[in-house]
Amino acid sequence: MRFRDGAPYDHYKRVPVGADGNASALKNLLRVVVSKGALWYGRSEKAWAVTKPQRGVVPVDNAVIVSLQNIVVDFDGERVLKGIHLDIHDKEFVTLLGPSGCGKTTTLRIIGGFVSPTQGDVYFSGKRINDLPAHKRQVNTIFQRYALFPHLNVYENIAFGLKLKKMSDKSIKATVQEMMRLVNLKGFERRNVTSLSGGQQQRVAIARALANHPKVLLLDEPLGALDLKLRKEMQRELKAIQQEMDITFLYVTHDQEEALSMSDTVVVMNNGEIQQIGTPQDIYNEPGNAFIADFIGESNIIDGFMHKDFLVEFFDKRFTCVDKGFALMERVDVVIRPEDIKIVPAIQGQWTGVVETVTFKGVHYESIVESHGYKWMIHSTGYAEPGMIIGMQVLPDDIHIMKKMEESA
Amino acid sequence: MTKMKNSSKLYLVLIYIFLYAPIIVLMVFSFNSSKSRNVWTGFTLNWYSNLFNNRQITNSLMNTLVLALVSSVVATIIGTLAALGISSMKKKARTLAINLTYIPIISPEIVTGVSLMLLFVMAGVGLGMTTLILAHITFNIPYVILNVLPKFRQMDTHLYEAAQDLGCNGVQAFFKVVVPEIMPGIISGFLMALTYSIDDFVISYFTTGPQSQTLPITIYSMTRKRISPEINALSTIIFLIVLTVLIVMNVADSNKQKKINAMNVRRESL
Amino acid sequence: MKSKLPAVPYLLWMGVFTIVPFLLVIFFAFTDSSGRFTLDNLSGITSYIPVFGRSLWLALVATVICLVLAYPFAYIISRIPSHRQSIFYMLAILPMWMNYLLRTYAWMTILENNGLLNRFLGLFGIGPLSLINTQGAVVLGMVYDFIPFMILPLYSTMVKIDNSVVEAAQDLGASTWSVLTRVILPLSVPGITTGITMVFVPSVSTFIISRMLGGGSWLMIGDLIEMQFLGNAYNPNLGSAISLVLMVIVLIIMSITNLFDDEEVGEMIK
Repeated sequence: MRFRDGAPYDHYKRVPVGADGNASALKNLLRVVVSKGALWYGRSEKAWAVTKPQRGVVPVDNAVIVSLQNIVVDFDGERVLKGIHLDIHDKEFVTLLGPSGCGKTTTLRIIGGFVSPTQGDVYFSGKRINDLPAHKRQVNTIFQRYALFPHLNVYENIAFGLKLKKMSDKSIKATVQEMMRLVNLKGFERRNVTSLSGGQQQRVAIARALANHPKVLLLDEPLGALDLKLRKEMQRELKAIQQEMDITFLYVTHDQEEALSMSDTVVVMNNGEIQQIGTPQDIYNEPGNAFIADFIGESNIIDGFMHKDFLVEFFDKRFTCVDKGFALMERVDVVIRPEDIKIVPAIQGQWTGVVETVTFKGVHYESIVESHGYKWMIHSTGYAEPGMIIGMQVLPDDIHIMKKMEESA
Repeated sequence: MTKMKNSSKLYLVLIYIFLYAPIIVLMVFSFNSSKSRNVWTGFTLNWYSNLFNNRQITNSLMNTLVLALVSSVVATIIGTLAALGISSMKKKARTLAINLTYIPIISPEIVTGVSLMLLFVMAGVGLGMTTLILAHITFNIPYVILNVLPKFRQMDTHLYEAAQDLGCNGVQAFFKVVVPEIMPGIISGFLMALTYSIDDFVISYFTTGPQSQTLPITIYSMTRKRISPEINALSTIIFLIVLTVLIVMNVADSNKQKKINAMNVRRESL
Repeated sequence: MKSKLPAVPYLLWMGVFTIVPFLLVIFFAFTDSSGRFTLDNLSGITSYIPVFGRSLWLALVATVICLVLAYPFAYIISRIPSHRQSIFYMLAILPMWMNYLLRTYAWMTILENNGLLNRFLGLFGIGPLSLINTQGAVVLGMVYDFIPFMILPLYSTMVKIDNSVVEAAQDLGASTWSVLTRVILPLSVPGITTGITMVFVPSVSTFIISRMLGGGSWLMIGDLIEMQFLGNAYNPNLGSAISLVLMVIVLIIMSITNLFDDEEVGEMIK
């Protein structure tokens, strides 16, 4: 399993295998052998096929730079955050992912200092900063609509924080120019910020925040206002900037594709609670509950019940699966990804259904197949004619069993 | 959203007290049973009934309302037409016309009043209701223009053409399409003119005759003579009217806002 | 629709009722009672320089006080969550809609020698202080009457300053003071200049306030003009000359404030 830049990826240790230039050659060799074995054993192969390869360079033993302990936030009588525990490691790219109103932006603003927690503590580099006002914190924020100062030009906007630190004009100029190079805005110094395009304003906001060399950069859905192509471009650029500046990025978005492609760690939130924390692969392949399975990527979720460990029943049929630990005949949610269902001739199928619609999506066909009252979504490269009766197959590995939640669809 | 600091709350309260204390004092003493405006002797509604029987006041109230209505209507017509014409002007002419509009607004009222008085005297026109109306129209027109003109600017220029494309001739298109778009401006301009007219003292003072007193002028003579707490009663009534109007406007506005919000929510869920 | 014709009635009206009266004022200022050209009127003004000085000074003091009081007030209200803002704003503007004669009269009640304030102080054995018929009372009257005209434009500009810009400044390290001086102040300049104009002009040209609260002992420009036209010393030529000088003063002030800002005066009317 390889990355774009050639570095192999270790699923379990989340360390770039062979990247540690200081370790002895033997240690590196040992790592490669162990990880290769793990790869063969584990499910990462499958994960690679469906997700974009990515570089997970965060050693788990990096220092914790921001820690949220049991954060509760009440706002206007409503409990917006219900007890958040989160450790963010240095130099990590962490994304808070969730639907609107899940509390992700509030969590970000707690760290920035714009919201005070009703209960709980915020730690920065080990120090409790609950009472530290926003302007004294060593974090900087990229606001959703950039919040550029309309009365200052590009240069003055970027230099704003530096001027407050009473830096010399010379060093301010050097830093600003460095930042402008970083975001590709050379020559824009005297421009009026209100005349810039969305993408350009975005870059000014980034330069302005990074000019202060914060240890943590908070990004509040910064790409929401950009069109698709620009958004993808900026995702790559932001990732590159994070690696060049070697600082921690805490990113908030509701776009799961964005989260999966950019992050080292994804924190899925819903209703003021953290649902799951993990690498993009973990979240995608092992969603912790039906909500996550439904929110991340597409999912088919149906009712079933566990006969016994490793055996689930739905549609009056029994399927071997790889989950255990449920009570006898316990009702569960069965989650199967559209790309994991194989279309076969009806006779060969584990169950059958009738194709209702087929949509060509470029990368694959998306078929809606009706079976036992449920509409299955299937992604396949093969085409099945609407009206056909087809068979469906799924590997035990790809059947995910989850405890039933009140909110499951 | 950060909660308001206590010092901020205190500051607001202090300023509000400053703004309302004199008004409250006026209102309280409108119920005072003695003529004194300072010493409280007892509760009475006498002054209110006296007010309604005061011929001078009812006359001037009538004058004021008639004056305000007539001058506002005329000003609205002239002003709306003016806005229509101005919006069709080229930049130079438009700037000139707009600057002309500003002259009555930025001039001190006393200068406007005095200059109009000179005009009427030189023209040999006796000061009375007519000159009052003419004066009020003059200072009302700019307010109408300033309310209607932006509506022309904001209006989609293609609306007029779209109407013609669908079969209207010029005049029809104007009334069916343009007028509804600028109507909010016309209404707010009219209301603004009405308000300034009802409230005007200085300009009226210089352009009116002895027979056609307006309410503010009557109030002025009452305060000069310092007679009775009828003034207080009048103040209370005016305050309550203004309060009611503003509350109604606010409720109507927030209802409109709620409807707009509801519409947007529905639109998003589609 | 592209016709300038509709603006003709307006242009004619303004010509007759605005331009001509002003020309008359200029004419009268430079002639004597028989119509001959003279500069006597202007030289006659020199004896009134103390009056001009006093008017300018008191108006300046009142304007500064209004600005200092209204600025934090407008800012605090602009930061209230928007669904609750309108009530606070409405309450701040409400006094403006009450006749300012009555509001000025209210202060007479409070400031008189046996007025409420003195009787209150008397409870502590202080006074009675001579509060009314002083320059201080006049300034107080100006501040009270015109502070809504400072609050309104300040609030209009401040409400446009998005909260995220304030947060961005804090995020970048600005203390409360720095946020005020580096972000809020520069962005609120249009409101400041409009507010200054809207308070200074009526303050410098008033005659009501100086008469009611100054007892006529502290003559201002407005008093002078009024006396020349409607008072005992009937001298429209002198009065016109004084009016002209007043106009010039106003224009100078407006050009000075315009140096700081390009916004149209008309913005505030909306």
